[in-house]
Amino acid sequence: MGKRSIIPYGPQHPVLPEPIHLDLVVEDERIIEAIPSIGFVHRGLESLITKKDYNAMVYVVERTCGICSFMHGMTYCEGIEQIMNIEVPGRAMYLRTIWGEMSRIHSHLLWLGLLADGYGFESLFYQTWRIREKVLDIFEATTGGRVIFSVNKVGGCIRDMNQDKLNMILRELDDIEKKVKEIQKTFLFDYSVQSRLKGIGILTKEQVHDLSCVGPFARASGLDMDMRYLGKDAYKDLEFHAITSNDGDCYARCEVRVREIFQSIDLIREAIGKIPDGEIDAPVKGLPNGETFMRVEQPRGEAIYYIKTSGKAFVDRLRIRTPTFANLPGLCETLKGANLADVGLLVLSIDPCISCTER
Amino acid sequence: MSSIMKFAPIALKNFFSKPVTVKYPAEPIIYPEGSRGHVVIDSEQCISCGMCQRVCPTGAITVDREAKTWTINRFDCLVCAYCVLKCPKKCLEIKEGYQAPGKTKYSETCTKEPEEKIEPEEKKEEN
Repeated sequence: MGKRSIIPYGPQHPVLPEPIHLDLVVEDERIIEAIPSIGFVHRGLESLITKKDYNAMVYVVERTCGICSFMHGMTYCEGIEQIMNIEVPGRAMYLRTIWGEMSRIHSHLLWLGLLADGYGFESLFYQTWRIREKVLDIFEATTGGRVIFSVNKVGGCIRDMNQDKLNMILRELDDIEKKVKEIQKTFLFDYSVQSRLKGIGILTKEQVHDLSCVGPFARASGLDMDMRYLGKDAYKDLEFHAITSNDGDCYARCEVRVREIFQSIDLIREAIGKIPDGEIDAPVKGLPNGETFMRVEQPRGEAIYYIKTSGKAFVDRLRIRTPTFANLPGLCETLKGANLADVGLLVLSIDPCISCTER
Repeated sequence: MSSIMKFAPIALKNFFSKPVTVKYPAEPIIYPEGSRGHVVIDSEQCISCGMCQRVCPTGAITVDREAKTWTINRFDCLVCAYCVLKCPKKCLEIKEGYQAPGKTKYSETCTKEPEEKIEPEEKKEEN
């Protein structure tokens, strides 16, 4: 048995998009154990409920994360609507689904670019983010902002999309699909990329279930769990089956996310074909009184919102459980027995969004 | 099905085409319609109720009821459009184009004059 040493990894590291610290217990280039520490970007957003009423909290909650910001605002609004028994009109549900799925495409393209940068392929990183710029242009034309949208409110949506804008989205999606098909050949079939991703960080289906991992990280090991099966919003009318893989290594996680991009494009096309006419918001009367759990499939996995109100304009308690927080034990498990050179890719394979984790 | 140099066609095509980036500020940026850039007020309609000041998430708006002025600190404004939603007289709206940078965080004041036309006056405050 050789000597063990502890190597600190992060918070500053070229591969990490956001700061997380790992203490790696290393013996002769193999990692024995990893101990995470978080807390570098804790802003205390949940404590702002004492200062802002439940309508203004939508704007605070949206700014929890820059990548999954739309889904955060949507989940919060749906939670308050469930407490107050507000019936959101059909058109608003379809609009939220369309924006949500585009948010998922944007998040996966961002992750693919970071993964390419993680194994040193910078040109692929730039080409992928060039496709992502098209998605951001769609967002700016339909919602007004590139990253933070501010189109959700309790009761529905603030902005509508007329048929011209929906046709524009369809045209741009054709172009995006064509470009992602070109890019995916390099991500999935190139020899040097495969040699870095295949066979590292394998988790079996039982391990993933016991460690309560969520999202594409869990689906890549064969666990068929997706909150879009619950049938909220427009998903009850759309045909949807979650994409899974059976390998459980980093290559499978990359493959699941690439195929989810194509699935999201098909879902958006189906939703635009079926969108009903009508109002986009419902009138809101009174103050919320009650508590609720709301679960939604964000791009990284399942997010849970617990909201407790008691008849005042201010929410009593808001607790957000984000998907990266649930995947951290899975990350520590994949790191056992890994090579020191693979740590960057393994950390990226859970799609870390640390600003969501720490709020 | 793995082979080498899968990226080569994309790289070669990129090598012979012109850059994608917009050479700002030499080329102007074209903002799409509806893009959220900055808040403007129609001072004639404003009744100085102070609703926008109450609902602003960052506290960027200040309303003086006696002097009938409306001050906005553009550096604090998030352009979330919540004030536009809540204004009872609908005198606020969002226009394209971001605010100009500056060396100190200045505020902009719009005064409502009873008879004359309104001119926005800039009031620089020390940081």
